[in-house]
Amino acid sequence: MAEAIIESMPLSRQVRTNPAAKNADAAARVAITAVAVFALAIIFLILIFIFKEAKDVFFDAKKRDQVLPTLFMMPANENQAVWTPISKNPKYSLMPMLLGTLKTTLVAMFIAIPISVLAAIYTACFAPRWVREIVKPAIELLAGFPSVVLGFFALIAIAGFMQRLTGADYRLNAIVGGIAVSLTAIPIIFTIAEDALSAVPKAMQEASYGLGATEWETAFYIVLPAAYPGIFAGILLGLGRAFGETLIVLLAAGNALIVSWDFLVPTKTLTATIGAEMGEVVYGDTHYNVLFLIGVFLFVFSVIINSIAEFYVKGRLMKKFSGAA
Amino acid sequence: MTELTFGIAHIAAMTAAQLSRSTKYIAFALLLSLAACGGDHNESSGGQPPAASGEPMSIKGSDTMVILGQKWAETYMKKNSGTRIQISGGGSGTGIVALINGTTDICQASRPMKKSEREKVKAKYGHDVLEIPVAKDGIAVYVHADNPIREITMQQLEKIYTGEISNWRDLGGANQRIIVFGRENSSGTYGFFMEHVLRDKDFGAAVQTLPGTAAVVNAVSEETKAIGYGGDAYSTGVRALAIKKDSAAQAIAPGEVSIMTGTYPIARDLYFYIGKEFKGAEKEFVEWVMSEEGQGIVKKVGYYPIPKKKLAPPDSTAADTAKTASK
Repeated sequence: MAEAIIESMPLSRQVRTNPAAKNADAAARVAITAVAVFALAIIFLILIFIFKEAKDVFFDAKKRDQVLPTLFMMPANENQAVWTPISKNPKYSLMPMLLGTLKTTLVAMFIAIPISVLAAIYTACFAPRWVREIVKPAIELLAGFPSVVLGFFALIAIAGFMQRLTGADYRLNAIVGGIAVSLTAIPIIFTIAEDALSAVPKAMQEASYGLGATEWETAFYIVLPAAYPGIFAGILLGLGRAFGETLIVLLAAGNALIVSWDFLVPTKTLTATIGAEMGEVVYGDTHYNVLFLIGVFLFVFSVIINSIAEFYVKGRLMKKFSGAA
Repeated sequence: MTELTFGIAHIAAMTAAQLSRSTKYIAFALLLSLAACGGDHNESSGGQPPAASGEPMSIKGSDTMVILGQKWAETYMKKNSGTRIQISGGGSGTGIVALINGTTDICQASRPMKKSEREKVKAKYGHDVLEIPVAKDGIAVYVHADNPIREITMQQLEKIYTGEISNWRDLGGANQRIIVFGRENSSGTYGFFMEHVLRDKDFGAAVQTLPGTAAVVNAVSEETKAIGYGGDAYSTGVRALAIKKDSAAQAIAPGEVSIMTGTYPIARDLYFYIGKEFKGAEKEFVEWVMSEEGQGIVKKVGYYPIPKKKLAPPDSTAADTAKTASK
């Protein structure tokens, strides 16, 4: 792919007579190609590595018989743990973590989408220029926040507040974790949505005003629909960020593998399980392979989400919409 | 404020995988950490473990024992300026794997080695692993300081952790849900608790896992309805319950006498494991650890010394068996 990009460069136009300059060009081309190939190679190697470490779950007969029958098992009662890799009778069910990831991600998106999209509409359509120039970088700054700090904040401030508010038995639960995770998704969704809204041609807005629409009507019925593909892409990228988050949920979501739709019980996500257990797992053990299998799941999920955002939304929808504009 | 330390314990307990921005980064971190493991394996094939001469002696294993190991090493290095000792944690399991791979000289473990692990060590070094109990530790069961409960039976404890009992009312307390805290499943304390308290049953689903005893203590001190377990050395700011073997038995609080004599029901030995031939710097160090001075440090750190009668000099008995086995 990198080759193709290089090939397409207008080399033929570089009619140079100086051989030294030609050589320098060639060297630079090789260097840049190497860097691009290297970046791709790393991603590939990671992929191969994760699959290699997880493959025993499928290809080693003994491990397969141990893992696969329990991989998606549901608990018989609410006390039964279905993830018990260190046990006389090991079970490797991913259900509690899948559900945990789903719960925290839902909470996070439920909070992040309205806040970030509405904030983007405000800065793009209503705010005076100087406000926009302060607000936008300020929210984007949040994206650079180390997640450990957000996790901490959730653990200390949000957890206590939410417990008083909800009266939940458990201080740390999926809601607390989800709220903290939403703080990481908000800047991503906001930035991309804001860019999409700002990119809507001014002519459309002016036409709308010309027909007598108010500012509000223009923002919601003209600009918002036109920017929809970009906003959707932003939401997908925010989603990817939210469900890949590890440290925050590890700190703030309570870490218990309960299969339940109750959002107020402690929760452990796919990522948190890897984070908590990988450090001490016995190398090459079944437990180790299954942790990598979780890694494979996460990889596949994020590839799917990012591909939709990248190819479908940015590629097709956006072209279609801007073509219409 | 205590939760701050809880958080720090969290961070400290975590390795490469957490500072991730997205799954991609997790994958990368895993790659890195495993690359490190791969290096270990290569080294093991070389056969000669480090610290033969000039290199520092490495001691690796149980997180419970890291502080103890550090105190020992500090004092010992002050006395013997020629010796360098490196202490690292990672968990008993990690330490044992390191011993099997030949990347550590001494493994610290808070649980006895399993049979399969002993066999692997034997395959690597050609003789049985040398096991030396170096300290005693009691597993205390903590509740919040305001909790009216003072004692608990082993059966009740088992039922709380398997999830059969979920309300303090069943123990004579207030009508409140019990918030149950435990350790991550790779910790030696987890394994010990599962074996001795749960009698190999599985933990219930609602047990919230935390990295490190300090994190458990902090979580319990923040939560009036909570119960947790961990090393007796850590129980500050919470109350350690007295434990009854069964409902008829006397309740025994964890303490120096009860743990050293073994009347406290959930006490364990902490071990050194040595794979290669027991001599030189390692032998001197272990002998010093078992001496009056070394065992005095055990007490200072908050664990309990090995009772005197058990204090057979390791060179005369265990090392001999190790030597004969190697022939």
